[in-house]
Amino acid sequence: MLEIKNLYTYAEDDHGKEILKGLNLNINAGEVHVIMGPNGSGKSTLANTIFNNPRYVVSKGEILFEGEKINDLKPNEIAKKGIFMSFQIPEVIPGVTVAQFLKTAKSNITGEKINLLKFSNEVEENMEKLGIDKSYLNRELNVGFSGGEKKKNEILQLLTLNPKLAILDETDSGLDVDAIKIVSKGIKLFKNDNNAVLIITHSTKILEYLDVDYVHVLVNGKIVLSSDASLAKTIEENGYSSYMEN
Amino acid sequence: METNVKLDEKLNNIYNLKTNEEYEKTEIGLNKEIVERISKEKEEPDWVLNIRLKALEFYEKLDLPNWGPDLSEIKLDDITTYIKPKNKMADKWEDVPEDIKNVFDKLGIPEAEKKSLGGVGAQYDSEMVYHRVQDELKEKGVIYTNFDTAIKEYPDLVKEYFSKAVPINDHKFIAMHYALFSGGSFVYVPKGVVLTDPLQSYFRLNSPGAGQFEHTLIIVEEGASLQFIEGCSAPGYNELNLHAGCVELFVKDNAFLRFSTIENWSKNMMNLNTKKAIVGERGKLEWIMGSFGSKVSMLYPMTILNGDYAKCEFTGISFAGSGQNLDTGIKVIHNGKHTSTVVNSKSISKDGGICTFRSNIWVKNNSVKSKLNVSCESLMLDSESRSDTIPVDLVENDDIEYAHEAKIGKISDESIFYLMSRGLSEEEALKLIVRGFAEPISKAFPIEYAVEMNRLIDLELEGTIG
Repeated sequence: MLEIKNLYTYAEDDHGKEILKGLNLNINAGEVHVIMGPNGSGKSTLANTIFNNPRYVVSKGEILFEGEKINDLKPNEIAKKGIFMSFQIPEVIPGVTVAQFLKTAKSNITGEKINLLKFSNEVEENMEKLGIDKSYLNRELNVGFSGGEKKKNEILQLLTLNPKLAILDETDSGLDVDAIKIVSKGIKLFKNDNNAVLIITHSTKILEYLDVDYVHVLVNGKIVLSSDASLAKTIEENGYSSYMEN
Repeated sequence: METNVKLDEKLNNIYNLKTNEEYEKTEIGLNKEIVERISKEKEEPDWVLNIRLKALEFYEKLDLPNWGPDLSEIKLDDITTYIKPKNKMADKWEDVPEDIKNVFDKLGIPEAEKKSLGGVGAQYDSEMVYHRVQDELKEKGVIYTNFDTAIKEYPDLVKEYFSKAVPINDHKFIAMHYALFSGGSFVYVPKGVVLTDPLQSYFRLNSPGAGQFEHTLIIVEEGASLQFIEGCSAPGYNELNLHAGCVELFVKDNAFLRFSTIENWSKNMMNLNTKKAIVGERGKLEWIMGSFGSKVSMLYPMTILNGDYAKCEFTGISFAGSGQNLDTGIKVIHNGKHTSTVVNSKSISKDGGICTFRSNIWVKNNSVKSKLNVSCESLMLDSESRSDTIPVDLVENDDIEYAHEAKIGKISDESIFYLMSRGLSEEEALKLIVRGFAEPISKAFPIEYAVEMNRLIDLELEGTIG
């Protein structure tokens, strides 16, 4: 589904200094992947680069989604291909309600007119599963939301937009147990044999709540080790230092 | 420049609904002879003519303002001071000439009326062509008519209030207004009468080089309640147009008035309008203002809170694009205990547009326990554009609460990226953010105006992103 080949990336405002340095990654339908790594290893950069955030520039390599090169596409075109990214710190958009936003996003992504009744039933069903009160629909997007509310809102968007690949940027929220519970519940609701999940995190906590197929260790812009879920346990016990010496 | 062309084309299609109607009479320039001729044509009583002539004297003596936007482009000697279309005022929509009707149809005026707006008065250049008040309002004793008609039919009432809020020598353009005033609305709501549906009037300048000097006078008696909406637009002719209207509002004790304006003058209009309200004890006035058009606007509605517990609320938004200088604001005089002012102003500027918001508040010595809350928020869409907030306050007693907040912001790239990651194009993302910014103001308008406002915002932003 997602294939990243020998990817080199630098931040636009820090010209020339590469953050990702030859990263390779393959994700197939039905799989749950976790990328872990110490601070500054390039985790957030990876998520942003897949979505072609203009702050990051690809200097080498390519990103393929379902066999098609996507690293020149605009973020909205990437979203339409079926990729979703949850933000660590979602943006606050005053004056736009959650309901309005979900509807706008859904119709843009599907390119179809929304059947309002069917759509709002779907959304309300998802809200119930995530334990979100209906009144949230009329709140302004992320305005005055607590950390947990923002997280729930991102997961609600994931379920509503129902992409093929979900990238969950949890770089720093790894230690917040509530956030982990919300995210793992969302993934369980979302996951099936035809879609895939990529979780980017600093800590191993999330793995206690989830069945994971692959764990990758990202150090200094490269994946230095890939294995099954048991790798997380090793990292939990020994930290990243042994990989960083490489 | 490319983007501006696109935008202008779009606005042209919607707002430049020129018609082929002929004009019976036009006058150019401002002198005694013209003033006398206008008055004669209108068959006015002497006291009105005397006001006109006195105003003309002031006009000749007064200088242009020495502050604010540059007005030197106005060629005062060449301005068209009076235009009369070949039609008399019509009372039924069917009687309005076809081509004028087309213009209003395209602007959705009768449609708005169908949604049970109380009455519609439409001013087409200088003369009212369509005016109607629902029978129900007539039964309640509500007067809603053309200002010229009011002078003839309700002379005592007009005489009692006319020029009592806005004096004829306030400034050069108000002196000009009083010398030339023509048309406008007159509303009288008797004691205790509460109108639930808004009345609305529509002003439109259609001929090149035309000035419009309509006078609106509204009296809301004790315990009465009224909502009044005025919409203004003009097609885009090349000659510079001048609008120097005047609004006088009298809100008596325990009365309520919401005065809403949505203005989309063409981008060659000099909008130099004067509005003033006097509010009695426990009375409340709400100003709601959306300013999109004009080349230059100077507009600072003034409220005198003239009784204890009198309230004033101002909710406004202005949007200045390329070549526009929108200088707006409010003036409030607190002259009573426990009086209150709430200001919520927003501005959006792009492509070098300039938005300035001036607040000039005078809290008098006797106005103890008064509360003031002024909030100004600006959004600049690029670094060429400008936005200023200029508060000038005079507070004569310590026993008040006053909060003043000014925020200036830009749209962050991260917000655009976030929305794009949810499938919105860059332009759609920008529109959504700007509409969200304007939302607290647009929701203060009736729904069809809020829709219109969002449409104007979308139009202004179309093609913004290459």
